[in-house]
Amino acid sequence: MKKKIKVEDISRPTEKLTRTDPKDFKPLPPPYDKPENLPPWVPLKVSDDIESSLDDTIAVAVPKPKTKEEEQELVRKFLSGLEKLFTKENNWTFLQLLTLTMEHCAKCQTCSDACHIFEASGRNEVYRPSYRSEVLRRIYHKYLKPGGKFFGKWKHGDIDLNWTTVARLIELSYRCNICRRCAQTCPIGVDNALVTHELRKLFSQEMGIAARELHEKGSMLQLRVGSSTGMNPLVVKDNMDFIDEDMSEKTGMTIKTPWDKEGADVLLIHNAGEIMAWPENPGAFAVVLEAAGVSWTLSSDIPAYDGINYGLWYDDFQLARVAIKHAQAAKKLGVKKIVVGECGHSTKSLMVIADRVLTGDLNVPRESAMTFLEDLVFSGKLKLDPSRNDFPVTLHDPCNMVRLMGIVEPQRRILRHLCPKFREMEPHGVHNYCCGGGSGFAIMSGYNFQSWRNHVSGRKKLEQVLNAFQDDLSPETHKYLCAPCSNCKGQLRDILFAYDAWEKCGILYGGLVELIVNAMTDVKPGFIEWEWH
Amino acid sequence: MSSALLHVVTYAAFIVFVVAVAVRIYKIQSMPVHLRWDLYPVAHEGKRSHYGGSYFEELDWWKKPREFSWIGELRGMLPEMLFIKALWENNRPLWYRSFPFHFGLYILIGWVGLLVVGAIAQIAGIPVEAGTGSIVGVAIHYLTVLAGAFGLILATIGAALLLHRRLTDPEVEGYTSPAHIFNLAAFLGALLVGFLTYILVDPTFALARGYVQSLIVFNVSAPVGSSAVALEFLLFSLLLAYVPLTHMSHFFTKYFFYHKIRWDDEPNFRGSRLEKEITEAIGYPVTWAAPHLKADGKKNWADIATEEVDK
Repeated sequence: MKKKIKVEDISRPTEKLTRTDPKDFKPLPPPYDKPENLPPWVPLKVSDDIESSLDDTIAVAVPKPKTKEEEQELVRKFLSGLEKLFTKENNWTFLQLLTLTMEHCAKCQTCSDACHIFEASGRNEVYRPSYRSEVLRRIYHKYLKPGGKFFGKWKHGDIDLNWTTVARLIELSYRCNICRRCAQTCPIGVDNALVTHELRKLFSQEMGIAARELHEKGSMLQLRVGSSTGMNPLVVKDNMDFIDEDMSEKTGMTIKTPWDKEGADVLLIHNAGEIMAWPENPGAFAVVLEAAGVSWTLSSDIPAYDGINYGLWYDDFQLARVAIKHAQAAKKLGVKKIVVGECGHSTKSLMVIADRVLTGDLNVPRESAMTFLEDLVFSGKLKLDPSRNDFPVTLHDPCNMVRLMGIVEPQRRILRHLCPKFREMEPHGVHNYCCGGGSGFAIMSGYNFQSWRNHVSGRKKLEQVLNAFQDDLSPETHKYLCAPCSNCKGQLRDILFAYDAWEKCGILYGGLVELIVNAMTDVKPGFIEWEWH
Repeated sequence: MSSALLHVVTYAAFIVFVVAVAVRIYKIQSMPVHLRWDLYPVAHEGKRSHYGGSYFEELDWWKKPREFSWIGELRGMLPEMLFIKALWENNRPLWYRSFPFHFGLYILIGWVGLLVVGAIAQIAGIPVEAGTGSIVGVAIHYLTVLAGAFGLILATIGAALLLHRRLTDPEVEGYTSPAHIFNLAAFLGALLVGFLTYILVDPTFALARGYVQSLIVFNVSAPVGSSAVALEFLLFSLLLAYVPLTHMSHFFTKYFFYHKIRWDDEPNFRGSRLEKEITEAIGYPVTWAAPHLKADGKKNWADIATEEVDK
């Protein structure tokens, strides 16, 4: 029997705090109950100068300090950042939430069973949602509260703050999808995902440490160039021209995406990843909006043609910087509202989180694509034939849009109306499971992190998808996994590819608007191409 | 322990309780506005709350009157407060232990209320005992016995079961601190003393009512009548003072978790009170040290959020 890892073990220098062993992972339903059908686990290969003592993967890759003094300086910075998390000036954004969560956990572990990562890993103690919270709680009570050296240990248990603790916490803050399913089950209201968020923020805002894909190649690139994809305004326009041409040819309609149209009713903001990876999605939007006669536009202002806002997951200022620029673009064009495309985190960032950042005339009305599309589908402006979607369809609920915004039914009403073989996953709606790519994981693939995502964080979602289609998993029956979120699609793409789910089970993933266009009778049949897998 | 000292301890405990709760509420309330962190279902969403929907499901939601269902709030809160619904749904084995404890404590709060009512009745000259001819007195008597007996039995069983779980369940092993054991043991000890006192010494709670009466009229020299009853009230008083100083203050901070965080879906409109609070918050000076923020303690939150990043 394995020795149980304790909270205080995080401070003890050992080669690894835990091992990520595929033998422990939760078994999957057929056809993945056979080992030969499973993707191989990719072992971690890392040089000695990178911190990797948490588990068998790496998300952040922090360089090891070269001297004791450097270690101490980093620990001092951590403590300084921790203090700032509990001041209203530096952290008004989350102070009340964090303080309540730090002081009221009953440590009952009700949250544990809600966590897909904990479950999929075979209940690895380090991935327990309360593990990292408890580490931070002990540090907070011991090092920040008066009399903490004695009362902290009495009230919460002991812990040592050293570089090993900090280095492992950095990585551990990137083993949670921040889906907040655990918070939903807490009888008190304590939020472990919030702790993850605040830890990442401390590391970014005080120590300048964040996952490269989120910061340097993410929000910084977006603010500098316009998009985390690297597309500048010229390139994005060029790419949309290609998409327009393709859509015109494919649908038989004349599609021309409007840019920077002043006074348009709607500023549509896509996740620019769609333009690069899934051009059929922005293309389908253009088809629907043109067919419905909507007055709309895209903006070529930096970064208003890319709705992503990675700051949501790690840095309040980066979040605010991007959101403010999105709002400024809308203000400049004088649109009536912003509609955020099929991207969960973009939608939540701009509609909910930034709602308490945008003041005055920057507070432009903002709406989700789900409600917007629902209105168009049921408006009678589109001619729709559901029999064109006569294949099994299931729906993935993006956490940001559903559990964390309450946008549950519009997408379902569309699917019930347009997809005769629509079926739900279980559980679904606000009780859904994360795709495993949440909080930025979907775009993080360094070292063997993608393998960890495929095997651990995405495992529960794969199980749900397979169960939803269990009546016919044969590859001959084409099935559609509808995921109205770019980030989720990125993760589902990787999982379905890793598990060869098209070849073995005939499962294709895609967005919601593609299903609408596929049902439009004004469009040539077969908009959805099963070869997209 | 002298009767006078016991009275002083009870008064002091009551004051500590009130002050500790008030201070904690003040501290939480005086924290600045925070970013939204909704978690659905949100109980006041009316017809949408049963599936977790929100006003964001409405087209042009900002143009429409916001539905706020107080009945929905009550429907959400009451089962949670009284029956710990979240635990029933998400951790049934723990619910079987936690519910009797918490519900037993609620009944005991009612029992204390009935002791107060009975004491006031006695001061008013209404005898509170069985077969006195006063319907009010008889009703208070039986209700007090019922509440005391049920409350003590339920809470004692719950405390024992919770303590047993803390000591034996591998799920909480490693997360159980000395304070957890102490807290549950203290509750169990006080409740056991209360239960044994009820069974062996004060089966009608007449002595308990007498002590409450002496507290009400500030007759600190009135004898308690039994050292067991004195011990019972000493332990209950100490617990009263102790609870709001610990994480067990969740009995009232839970309100903030729900109403100020999970269910705080108030939208920010131009010119609103909320917008004023936000404007104040983004004016706070910031000292974060990361290079991409360049916070120097002079620039405020808004300055940094609107600053261009280095090209």
